[in-house]
Amino acid sequence: MDARKEHTSKKETIRKVLRYVGRYWYYLIGAIVLALVVVVLTLFGPILNGWAIDCILEKGAVDFERLAQIIKLIIIVMILNALAQWLMARCNNNLTFYVSRDIRNDLMDRIEILPFRFLDAKPTGDITSAMIADVDQFADGLLLGFTQLFTGVITIVGTLLFMFRQNVLIAFVVVVVTPLSLFVASFIAKRTYHLFTRQAFLRGKQTAYMDEIIQNQKVVKAYSHEDEAIATFDEMNREFEKVARKAVFFSSLTNPSTRFVNNIVYALVVVFGAMQVLAGRMSVGQLSCFLNYASQYTKPFNEISAVMAELQNAIACAARVFSLIEETPQIPESEHAVRLTDVKGHVSLDNVSFSYEPEQKLIEELNLDVEPGQRVAIVGPTGCGKTTLINLLMRFYDVTAGSIQVENVDIRNVTRESLRESYGMVLQETWLHAGTIRENISMGKKDATLEEVVAAAKAAHCHSFIKQLPQGYDTPMGEDGGGLSQGQRQLLCIARVMLCLPPMLILDEATSSIDTRTELKIQNAFAKMMEGRTSFIVAHRLSTIRNADIILVMKDGHIIEKGNHEQLLARNGFYAKLYYSGKMETEKA
Amino acid sequence: MRKLFTYLSDYKKESIIAPLFKMLEALFDLFVPLVVAGIINNGILKGDRTYIVRMCLVLILLAVVGMACAILAQYFAAKAAVGFSAKLRGALFAHIQKLSFTELDTLGTSALMNRMTSDVNQLQNGVNMALRLLLRSPFIVFGAMILAFFVNKKAAWVFVVVIPVLSVIVFGIILATMPMYKKVQERLDHVLRITRENLTGVRVIRAFHTEKDETKRFHQANHELVEQQTAVGKISALMNPLTFVTINLGVIALLSIGGDKVDTGSMKQGDVVALLDYMSQILVELVKLANTIILLSKAFASAKRVQSVLDVPSSMQFPTQTEGERMQGPTVEFAHVDFTYAGAGDQSLSDIDFSVEEGQTVGVIGGTGSGKSTLVHLLTRFYDATDGQIRLFGKDIRSYGEEELRHMVGIVLQKAVLFHGTIRENLQWGDPFASDEEIWKMLEIAQAKEIVEKKTDGLDEIVEQGGRNLSGGQKQRLAIARTLLMKPKILILDDSSSALDYATDAALRNAIRKLEHAPTTFVVSQRTASLQHADLILVLDEGKLVGKGTHDELLNNCPVYREIYESQNA
Repeated sequence: MDARKEHTSKKETIRKVLRYVGRYWYYLIGAIVLALVVVVLTLFGPILNGWAIDCILEKGAVDFERLAQIIKLIIIVMILNALAQWLMARCNNNLTFYVSRDIRNDLMDRIEILPFRFLDAKPTGDITSAMIADVDQFADGLLLGFTQLFTGVITIVGTLLFMFRQNVLIAFVVVVVTPLSLFVASFIAKRTYHLFTRQAFLRGKQTAYMDEIIQNQKVVKAYSHEDEAIATFDEMNREFEKVARKAVFFSSLTNPSTRFVNNIVYALVVVFGAMQVLAGRMSVGQLSCFLNYASQYTKPFNEISAVMAELQNAIACAARVFSLIEETPQIPESEHAVRLTDVKGHVSLDNVSFSYEPEQKLIEELNLDVEPGQRVAIVGPTGCGKTTLINLLMRFYDVTAGSIQVENVDIRNVTRESLRESYGMVLQETWLHAGTIRENISMGKKDATLEEVVAAAKAAHCHSFIKQLPQGYDTPMGEDGGGLSQGQRQLLCIARVMLCLPPMLILDEATSSIDTRTELKIQNAFAKMMEGRTSFIVAHRLSTIRNADIILVMKDGHIIEKGNHEQLLARNGFYAKLYYSGKMETEKA
Repeated sequence: MRKLFTYLSDYKKESIIAPLFKMLEALFDLFVPLVVAGIINNGILKGDRTYIVRMCLVLILLAVVGMACAILAQYFAAKAAVGFSAKLRGALFAHIQKLSFTELDTLGTSALMNRMTSDVNQLQNGVNMALRLLLRSPFIVFGAMILAFFVNKKAAWVFVVVIPVLSVIVFGIILATMPMYKKVQERLDHVLRITRENLTGVRVIRAFHTEKDETKRFHQANHELVEQQTAVGKISALMNPLTFVTINLGVIALLSIGGDKVDTGSMKQGDVVALLDYMSQILVELVKLANTIILLSKAFASAKRVQSVLDVPSSMQFPTQTEGERMQGPTVEFAHVDFTYAGAGDQSLSDIDFSVEEGQTVGVIGGTGSGKSTLVHLLTRFYDATDGQIRLFGKDIRSYGEEELRHMVGIVLQKAVLFHGTIRENLQWGDPFASDEEIWKMLEIAQAKEIVEKKTDGLDEIVEQGGRNLSGGQKQRLAIARTLLMKPKILILDDSSSALDYATDAALRNAIRKLEHAPTTFVVSQRTASLQHADLILVLDEGKLVGKGTHDELLNNCPVYREIYESQNA
């Protein structure tokens, strides 16, 4: 049952691959036709050489006229073959490159519309490795593997045809003995399998240990535990070496063993062939051709197991990539979606329930009415799920029940673009893309003039440090924001919002790794932005919390209390406990 | 680079024997065309059946001996390559253990992990292939040429011409495409970077609805990748046709020369067959050599990276033994200490000056980034002061031996880390010979007794990798017990009670004070409440010591301290 399912899914994958390949059908057909031409011409080579050898019999018995003709033929075949080889390589290359380009583009297009529910659950590394490694593996393995398999099969069929036509006895010998190398190869593979699993296990163990120690090297030093660590590592290393030596050795036996079988085939062809020549059933030229064929015939056999393994792997890679490309996208915009216009900042949550997992309810029947210009502080210990509310407001996730309205319009009935445009968001995990500082600031307003950008940067207190950078606003940001500090990066993100200044804000107060002076600047910038705007703040500072119109207290993903500072203190619940223990602010780190 | 070869020196014998046997195998391969020529010339042309059978047995013998040699060669190569990589890995690991914090900061953990894993593997592969193929291929190429001279001098000149031409084609194309492949890799990295950016920044991208721009950017990068791939493809597609043409021209030359020579009787038919055979062997081996060289160039790149790590000296030298006699003096003394992190522009600490007497409790307070952790990391000599002097018991901190210093100054780091192993093994990091009784005693002081008691296996409970099966607070208390077991004279709690509630925190500090030989204790904290009873509180602000004194004194004369206090006790 499972095997059959796997089989059909494999077929399904191949069908999808063919859809991509089909766009470049001319390259595919070219590659196949040319491969056929190359194989036939390549097989013709030894025959021509054999004919030529038969012209050179012995002293005084050389047929120069025929030899000259054959050499002419060799030249023609050579030129045609070389041309076909070159064109075939070009076809294969283009096919591979274009198909992998199309797949990558499609994958990226899909990533842009995948729902957060999927993206948040999937490790980034899985998707990037599909994009890079899997597509590469697939392109190399499947397309080149296919041509290799194809030419291999034609070569085998062609040589077989020729050999049986020329001499049945010798052909028979070759056909019977050759598969021996396959047996030998699979025998070795089976015998070494347990060595490889053991090697993989030990390598995993050793890598895990290295990872643990090196990641925490400072702890190791603090307890001067280095010598013990070295001793443990050496012990693992010795054990690994023993197994690895065997695994490497045994796996490298395949090559000499198959070569041995080939050599035996060769010797048998020589002896049988020579006898046949003596019996007058063959010429010396044909014998030399036979010897050549015997080795051409065995080559695909030796490669076939590697090619098959590569093909299997390639199909697995392709299946992984397709499963991403076909992942259900976010709910498409409804046809009647309107543009949200004239936003004043009135947000209301009406009986909102939400959960990431059906069995684990998070927000239940939350009602909240935020008037334009009000401030909502979200408070709670780290990891309590404060981002959940942001996810719902921005419609990164849809509510499970109830509705969220902006200016009394359900946000599911407005375009995502106009909803998100109405919010300015500054998250704690700052994100800058590779591009200049100016490009980063003007992300929300591509056509902003330099004056506007500078004005926004000044308002966000980052003009002064940008000016000091070698290329000012044109300084390129590397991955992770180049040489800027965490605080400076956050200021840049603030400038980005300052430039558009939407009517509503979502802010995430800094908790750690920011020096006090920069933190002050961020606070000032936040305060400036919040004037007259509806704001939702994930808050850590007492002053922010106390000044909020509404405080939502969260714990373990639930909103457990709601009200302003005085109301919540009077309630004497979790908020009051948090407040009096002095832990509200220090829940950092 | 040459230095890396020293790790191969234990396998000198193997590194010589492996290529030797490989060449021996090649030698037998080279004999085969000669035997075949003999069969044609002496067996077939003269009709000698027994000669044919005898020669065939010779061929089988050559095959057997060849295989035996090959297996021996593979064995020695595997032994040398795996042994080499194991030794190198061990040396690299040991070297990393010796690096100081400054080097660990600059090198970075992920880079070190890559050196230890993929680079060392790449090197193992390189050594293995070099031992097996680096000599074999040229040996066959030149062997074929030399043997051709034995067959016929004039015909052999064809080889003298073809071999350099083939080499120029094969290596020329490799040389031309290698930098281009590097560029392909760069563009692929660009595609990777955009993908990763789009995943990590998905919230911002969608918040600013710039999905379309991002898609455009990605398509552009992808397009540039394909352009570069096609450019390399065009050149590398020339390899097969060009070599094919060259070999065939060689064959044609051999046939014409062979025709003349056989006609005049100075050569036989079998010789022509043998020469044609050699010609095809040459091509196969040159292609193998080219592939080996590509592999080796990768291994060389890895070797350079590995060597660059091994070349980093530890910037911190410890005397092998503590120098000089113990002096009289305060337990800890900072004299005008400045500190700047390597590569950072600004000072992280400037002009820190204070002294602490034996048995005192010292509080260190200040905002994030004010230099609290930096200060205690100087006290443990994780880093050396850039200016000024730190004295412990009246002696320069740099005159203590590493072991002695580590046992004298115990620190509980901010982030509690436990390792895979039992709880007991983890705690014994503090004292490898600690008895269970001692361990339980320290667990009690660290307020961690009930954590261990609740575990089914007690001290033998396994801590998973990264301590996943323990909460942050539990790990922190176990880490405190681990440091207490070192029985340090100076104990540092670097914000290590932040995950503890107030009562536990207070109980912990009380218990430490009541210890038999109570250590001089530094408590780094952001809470004034934790420090109120300290004998001395150091207030840091942007790397400067802006206040020192007791709680009451500081409330009176230190505005920064008063601000912190008021913000927490309003």
